[in-house]
Amino acid sequence: MPIELVREKYSDAINTVEIGRPGSRTVKVGGEMTMPFLFEEGQVPNPPVVALEILDCEPTDWPENLKSPFGQSLKDPVTWAKKCVAEFGAEILCVRLASGHPDYGRRPAEAIIPKVMAILKETGVPLVIVGCGDDETDNDLLPKVSQALKGENCLLGIATQRNYKTLAVTALADGHSIIAESPIDINIAKQVNILISDMRFDPRRIVMHPTTTSLGYGMEYVYSIMERARLAAFIGDKMLAMPFILFVGGEVWKTKEARESGEAQGVNWELATAVSMVQAGADMIVMRHPAAARSAMAYIDMIMKKGAEK
Amino acid sequence: MIVIGELINGMYKDVGKAIANKETDVIQHLAADQVKAGANALDVNTGPYSKNPKDDMRWLVESIQAVTDVSLALDSTSAAVIEEALKIVKRKPIINSTNADEAKMDSIFGLAKRYNAQVIGLAMDKSGVPNNRGKRLELGAAIVAKAIDFGINAEDVFLDPIVLPVNVAQAQGLEVLESIRQFRQLSDPAPNTTIGLSNVSQGTKLRSLVNRTFLTMAIASGLTSAILDPLDKELMDAMITAQLILNKQIYCDSFLDAYRKR
Repeated sequence: MPIELVREKYSDAINTVEIGRPGSRTVKVGGEMTMPFLFEEGQVPNPPVVALEILDCEPTDWPENLKSPFGQSLKDPVTWAKKCVAEFGAEILCVRLASGHPDYGRRPAEAIIPKVMAILKETGVPLVIVGCGDDETDNDLLPKVSQALKGENCLLGIATQRNYKTLAVTALADGHSIIAESPIDINIAKQVNILISDMRFDPRRIVMHPTTTSLGYGMEYVYSIMERARLAAFIGDKMLAMPFILFVGGEVWKTKEARESGEAQGVNWELATAVSMVQAGADMIVMRHPAAARSAMAYIDMIMKKGAEK
Repeated sequence: MIVIGELINGMYKDVGKAIANKETDVIQHLAADQVKAGANALDVNTGPYSKNPKDDMRWLVESIQAVTDVSLALDSTSAAVIEEALKIVKRKPIINSTNADEAKMDSIFGLAKRYNAQVIGLAMDKSGVPNNRGKRLELGAAIVAKAIDFGINAEDVFLDPIVLPVNVAQAQGLEVLESIRQFRQLSDPAPNTTIGLSNVSQGTKLRSLVNRTFLTMAIASGLTSAILDPLDKELMDAMITAQLILNKQIYCDSFLDAYRKR
């Protein structure tokens, strides 16, 4: 007797967030109506996107096995960015404004903005812009960068439960989308989304960061949070219906497994984490090593092609 | 939970007066306020004093539909009055109601099939309201069976175990709660369940408290809908919280706000 598979049909979709200046190159994330890649249960209109991550200054703490594919380009973020697009096939870039950080030289906004604008102009791809991670610095720096990028429809981050107001106001004023982060906690994820939308920020322009962890460092917890959020969103919870972004590269390349065991293991570690997060429901993964990114893109292409055949 | 707002009922003095004088704005405000407070559907009842219930029902439906697009629960004992409204509703309506009498069910389910409506089925018959869960279940089963005979899905039936005032029939509270639980076992997919909540507190001094306590207990018993006063904020808060505790929505600190943003 043939076995009939049980299929779920959900009533609601994940929001679609478009990044990039309308009329130029843009990237759409989200929009799915099913758990990852269950093409027979619902639509997956936009494939997960791989963004390559660059810093706005030369990275001082990256291991050699991560730096080597970029060569001398790491000395100049604009050259680095162009290489990511032209050679490594990035359709979107994530620029981390590391140079503003007190530990990274505390470069002023006036020096950072021209670099960012040059990256935008020279590459022509949509940008994800994240601060340096120091709240005080970011609350000064990000509004200035946001204003310079007004109308470019970037994705700005990172808003947290503790620090979201400045970023929400500035992104609203300058027409950008926003990344809302929570510490592997679905209750806080939902709360941050509500807090940001209470600032009259359109919840359909929020992308959630559930916190990224690397393979071997509790990735399963992130998976379970993402799964639970999705199941709630598909049956109508609008405060969890945001696409997910995962900063895979940044997490993986902190681990000793990636840093200290040769290039192949680092690349594989990043790829394994990336693929797992895509299967957990990530709509955008931010990666660092171009070989890992290229394989992740090929993996996504392969799955989407199989879906299109169905 | 499907919240059916109960306030547009000619039995209430102000509404009765508004119907008699065709005060459209009174009805429209009442409709809009209930929807804003969280009603997913609105009960519409011309009341006992309407001289021309068919015309009044038509006027009420038209007035309400001009300001909101939630579905309407067409509340009348007369099939002719209900049919008058069925002809003009814009969204899938709920007929309120049938009981378990054969003739009544034939008439109401016939209308429901013809106009693609949902139906509230009262677990009572000619001999009145049952005083135990067994009889309620028997009548509920008869209603679901009849609906299925008419080609109506069980989910489109809202079984109502008939709530009685706690100060009149105190022993019936538990019977009603158990009936709700048992109704949900009648078919797969299960029929919906509903109650006329405010009846439980009729004649008591602390109506709001009695209402919200009973509602949370009924939700825990599997209630999927209720006819109630959505403008009672504490009642709505209790309803949201009950669903939270049953893991029907994901907790966050602003969970009341989050539910209302749905």
